Amino acid sequence: MQKVQDRDPVVLTTKETSAELLRELVAHLRQNRAQLREEWARLITEAKLLTVMTREEIFAEATSVYDNYVEALETGTLEALQAYSRNLSERIIPRGVQTDEVLGIVLLLRDVLARSLFARSRTDFDKLNRILDAYEPAANRIATTVAVGFVQERERTIREQQEAIRELSTPVLQVRERLLILPIIGVIDPQRARQLTEQLLRGIRTNRARVVVIDITGVAAMDSNVANHLVLTVEASRLLGATVIVTGLSPEIAQTLVNIGVDLTKMNTVGDLQGGIEEAERLLGYKVVPVEKAES
Amino acid sequence: MQRNQALMRERPIAIQSDLDILVARQKGRALAQELGMSSTDQTVVATVISELARNILLYAKLGTLSLSAEQHNGRRGIVIVAKDRGPGIPDVERALQVGFSTSNSLGLGLPGVRRLMDDFEIVSKVDNGTIVTARKWKS
Amino acid sequence: MEVPILKQGSYLIGSVQSALTDADLRQLRDVLVAKVGRFRSLGVIVDVTAMDVMDSFAARTLSDIAQMVRLRGAQMVIVGIQPEVAFSMVQLGLTLEGVATALDLEEGLSLLDMTTKNRGRNDLARLR
Repeated sequence: MQKVQDRDPVVLTTKETSAELLRELVAHLRQNRAQLREEWARLITEAKLLTVMTREEIFAEATSVYDNYVEALETGTLEALQAYSRNLSERIIPRGVQTDEVLGIVLLLRDVLARSLFARSRTDFDKLNRILDAYEPAANRIATTVAVGFVQERERTIREQQEAIRELSTPVLQVRERLLILPIIGVIDPQRARQLTEQLLRGIRTNRARVVVIDITGVAAMDSNVANHLVLTVEASRLLGATVIVTGLSPEIAQTLVNIGVDLTKMNTVGDLQGGIEEAERLLGYKVVPVEKAES
Repeated sequence: MQRNQALMRERPIAIQSDLDILVARQKGRALAQELGMSSTDQTVVATVISELARNILLYAKLGTLSLSAEQHNGRRGIVIVAKDRGPGIPDVERALQVGFSTSNSLGLGLPGVRRLMDDFEIVSKVDNGTIVTARKWKS
Repeated sequence: MEVPILKQGSYLIGSVQSALTDADLRQLRDVLVAKVGRFRSLGVIVDVTAMDVMDSFAARTLSDIAQMVRLRGAQMVIVGIQPEVAFSMVQLGLTLEGVATALDLEEGLSLLDMTTKNRGRNDLARLR
């Protein structure tokens, strides 16, 4: 259970002298912007990173990253960088850029800048130490921010793709007027179960289905959560005026349903899909719904 | 990077009458919509708010319902906090057991709320009141 | 807000227009029961298409209405429950057990036609 933490913007903690050093550092990085950026871009190409991008593109992105990086060092806050990182990720993920590349280029930049600082103060070890003391934690936070932003964006993309795959792989079929069939195959996790239900309910409304046959022949096993979800789906379908026939119930799944307290005599089940369709047609063909089957 | 970032905070809504329940759930739906949640999730949020607010009315007569938005790991979500200083729930464990409140009966429905929401937390003490916190993340 | 109720032959049709307060629901109940008695209606349809949330009070009241009008000889059908609403309802255990449901007004009327015509043959108490 996550607690809401304090709402201060994320701040890099720095001491008084560190603040001064950072200012000096930032000034130096701005002064030498052109040459440091050039060197960084060169190292990126040498390390064979961002190969999907052209040299011009790499240079353009390098410029943005450089400026955002220096600004993050200067302001001590990471929000702008987080936003930029997500934005950058949104653009480069579809191009196929990988996590190791993003981390790689950020670390290269960190190193290029560190070396530059080193070169500048190499005669004054004490100062160099203090500068690095100020720079390193800040640079590491920056690297983490950019990498995490990229990873989160990737995860979001993957979730979207999974959602799309689930949609495609669970078709609700209309075979006759007023009759829908939902064949379920494979493993059902809670998310997929939920999506199935939503799709089915929408399908009932769109197709004005009076009978739905849910075939679970292709489902190997069902835990009690998913079994419960099946029961809820049947109940929700009834609220939309549709009778549900469940077919392909294996003895194991029947047992699971009984274990969670389902009265199987109240659930409309038929052995196989074919039998289920016949029963459905019978229900639809009748002028009067027989009393024993008056589920709705 | 693991902490939740508050995106916004609404003032708590006083729950004293059934009209307040309507206000609370409409605000909840609006917030869920603003966060870009699916229409099913908007209804889930509105329904949960309705039930939690109703519990406040039924058992404590008076309480508050707060709505806010949060961000965690790049995902946005809605946070619902239902608070009252009512009699409290003597046996929270039992109240959370599935099947505790029978269908079509009034009130509680906590197992259902927990099933509908992504995160669920309840603190209740006899004669001291109850706080229910529930979160739903945009998928 | 009051729910407008139309009389269509031996049926009464009430269409919910917007979110209902508890008082509105109680009023709907009282009005429907009174009208069923006055007109000796055989069927009642409550159209909840415009209800964007169905909570335990609404479910309980609708259930009560169904029971009460049944005691006065009328069959009730609830129509227009939205897919998202149905989804949330069942998770909360609100299944409207014992109350007939249909997809929309057309289906509801069709169901009433079927069931009221066969009143002689079927045990009314078992029709839901």
